[in-house]
Amino acid sequence: MAQKKGALEGIKIANFSWVGVGPLTIRYLAASGATVVRVESHTRPDVLRLMMPYKDKQPGVDRGPWFAEVNNSVRSVSIDLGKPTGRAIAWKLIMWADVMAESFVPGTMKKWGLDYDNVRQKKPDIIYLSTCQMGQSGPYANFSGFGYQAAAIGGFTYVSGWPDRTPAPTQGAYTDFIAPRFGATAIMAALDYRRRTGKGQYLDQSQFETSAHFLAAPIMDYEVNNRVLERSGNHVDYAAPHAAYPCKGDDRWVAISIFTDAEWQDFCLTLDKPEWLDDPRFATLLARKENEDELDRQIAGWTVDRTAEEVEVMMQDAGIAASVVNSVKDIIEDPHLKSQNFLRTYNHSVVGPHLYRALCHRLSKTPDTMGPGPALGEHNEYVFKELLHLTDDEVADGLVEGGITTEANLPEFKPTL
Amino acid sequence: MTQPGKDLPLKPYRILDLTQGGCLICGKLLADLGADVVQIEDPKGNPSRSMGPFYKDIPHSEKSLFWFAYSVNKRGVTLDIETADGADVFRQLVKKADFVLESFEPGYLDSLGLGYDDLSQINPRVIMTSITPYGQTGPKAHYKGSDLTGWASGGAMHTMGDPDRAPNWISFGPQASLHGGVEGAAASLIAHWHRELTGEGQQVDVSIQQCTVWLLQAAIQIYEVNRVSYSRVGALWMTGGGVGRRQVYPCKDGFIAFTVFGGGLPGLVASTRRLVDWMAADGMAPEWLQNYKWETDFDVAKVTQEEVNRVEVPFVEFFLTKTKAELWEQAWKQSIILAPASDAKDMYTDQQLAARDYWRKLDHPELGESLTYCGPFIKFSETPISFRRRAPLIGEHNTEVYQGELGLSKERLILLKQAGVI
Repeated sequence: MAQKKGALEGIKIANFSWVGVGPLTIRYLAASGATVVRVESHTRPDVLRLMMPYKDKQPGVDRGPWFAEVNNSVRSVSIDLGKPTGRAIAWKLIMWADVMAESFVPGTMKKWGLDYDNVRQKKPDIIYLSTCQMGQSGPYANFSGFGYQAAAIGGFTYVSGWPDRTPAPTQGAYTDFIAPRFGATAIMAALDYRRRTGKGQYLDQSQFETSAHFLAAPIMDYEVNNRVLERSGNHVDYAAPHAAYPCKGDDRWVAISIFTDAEWQDFCLTLDKPEWLDDPRFATLLARKENEDELDRQIAGWTVDRTAEEVEVMMQDAGIAASVVNSVKDIIEDPHLKSQNFLRTYNHSVVGPHLYRALCHRLSKTPDTMGPGPALGEHNEYVFKELLHLTDDEVADGLVEGGITTEANLPEFKPTL
Repeated sequence: MTQPGKDLPLKPYRILDLTQGGCLICGKLLADLGADVVQIEDPKGNPSRSMGPFYKDIPHSEKSLFWFAYSVNKRGVTLDIETADGADVFRQLVKKADFVLESFEPGYLDSLGLGYDDLSQINPRVIMTSITPYGQTGPKAHYKGSDLTGWASGGAMHTMGDPDRAPNWISFGPQASLHGGVEGAAASLIAHWHRELTGEGQQVDVSIQQCTVWLLQAAIQIYEVNRVSYSRVGALWMTGGGVGRRQVYPCKDGFIAFTVFGGGLPGLVASTRRLVDWMAADGMAPEWLQNYKWETDFDVAKVTQEEVNRVEVPFVEFFLTKTKAELWEQAWKQSIILAPASDAKDMYTDQQLAARDYWRKLDHPELGESLTYCGPFIKFSETPISFRRRAPLIGEHNTEVYQGELGLSKERLILLKQAGVI
């Protein structure tokens, strides 16, 4: 692979964060050319390293492609922050870095003397991101739930699903996929400010506060109109039809949304149902909203005999927004995403070649610098020698004391929670 | 207002914002960070002004709460860029702009002579960020998209909803384009770093579809390794062994997010035990549940679906006797892994958000009152995000921008107004 220089060439990041949001945030910088060192340990491996699936279904801290994807393009060192020699290396890393990030339960970094107040004494211009579910202060600061709990308290679960059913939220940790883009935006803004003024700063991210911006209008609706947004399936007030319709095959669906009268006209002609244009039940948006269940039934009667792909193309040819409800398999095989090189294969040192999703944007002049994720401690030698210039004695002391970890001391791998 | 003595990180920069819908959040975040973001609207007003909900349910283009929420901190001018004069004024604005944000169909701005190739001739430093349903290239680049199709095209929809009904989206619809908008903000600032060091501007091409593909989380890897394509399972949490546990339960006044945990992770089992103790104190934990061997008998790798269903029954019954607030209070006090499924009212009245002084009030003189806004998306110690102005009225800053900053004469402005350009 040719040496590429990304937009962020020269920026140095010490990433102490783990699991979802922290690494997903730093990924933006790592894949854009920054040099990122991910701090891990064998004594307390990242939870994602212990999650299925594993290569060949054989558990192992270096065998999970999901951890590798989340932590793509970074270098991994294995140090135990509970040990003095481990902390000494951490300090060297911090002095080397422009940016550091952590995502532990509030107070954890302080326990190790690595909190912002302490770090800024020795490195006043550091940009220091702390990200956690609830933020560093407040009554629930120490609450630590799973991602689906963050999505629930964050207001998303309640508005997911059908009005007559128990909410059915997105799979997994929805807010974990909101917060990182905000975090990356914040770090970049802080870096620009530092470039201009020389000043570093502390960034306190409550993922709860960040993700509330994705429900901003319904929260205002409550304040102003005393209305609580409810689940509405796939329907909206301002468009009809607006739903997913069943297609030919096993669990195949197409999503169609129609906003204007002109689109409705084209839709009816495409379905060869010109009579709907004069049907008092369907002629206007207001009528369609009143008779939406019947409308959906009629459309489903038409889509069910066709493939989702066929309907998508027919609709797009008529200038109507429609998409196959893509399955995971569809996404992996999607020619459009392939043409954009969105899903790439990189060669992980243990997993071998496997799929990585890229950043969701392309820069025309500074392409990304993505590469595979690391095995645990894979870059110890490079980081200790080339980046931090540790002496052989310092490395030996770290190995003897266990400040540099080399072996996972885990009783048994739990394939799932 | 900006805190006394505090600066804003993006204060020196000017942004021209042509976006609409959820993509508006891109410019809003950059405005929160201090950039001077000028929303450029069609003289009839940005289409997103028609998006509800509306202030006091009055459907009016100056009363859209959606517009308020995602255009706060911006200034606004009107300009019909489809007219030759309008395009000319836009080019003049671009000379002094650092960023242009847009969410039109690919090729539309090029057709007006306002694409990246044109604008970079005028201002080689400019960064142009385009946020579109499928990106600027590829066989589907010209596909028409909506928020619903954005959710469907990236696969999030296929994995969400009850299995016996159609797949779902989230009932506050613009999620897909909001993801795209925030991606645009992060990407714009990555390009900005390079520009400030080298003087080189560039085009940023954001795909909303790609943003929603990340919502599939590890499903890509699960498919790659196991050849299993995840589908929707309602309110269950599926494990590798194919056993589903509830992850949402009804309670007395709503729903909570909770899962019964057993197996080898002591922290999770301790949480289950603390909850069972509480149930026992209320007389709602049967003898067998109090003596249950969570480590061995509820290991998800081995437990059967029948056993899961049996064990969940007393939890179902207990939660129905408690409110969301009661359950949540014990959860964070006793470290029980459980959270309420908040609705809009719960969010607005949440203790944690109040304790951290999250909400911000902004005056709307035209409405005769202040409205509450979601506060800083991150707390910056040195350059705290500030709320300086409510969303612009239609053409509110025309005179300020065109006359005061661009130097157009009053006569010229009157002409442009009569020609329908502004």
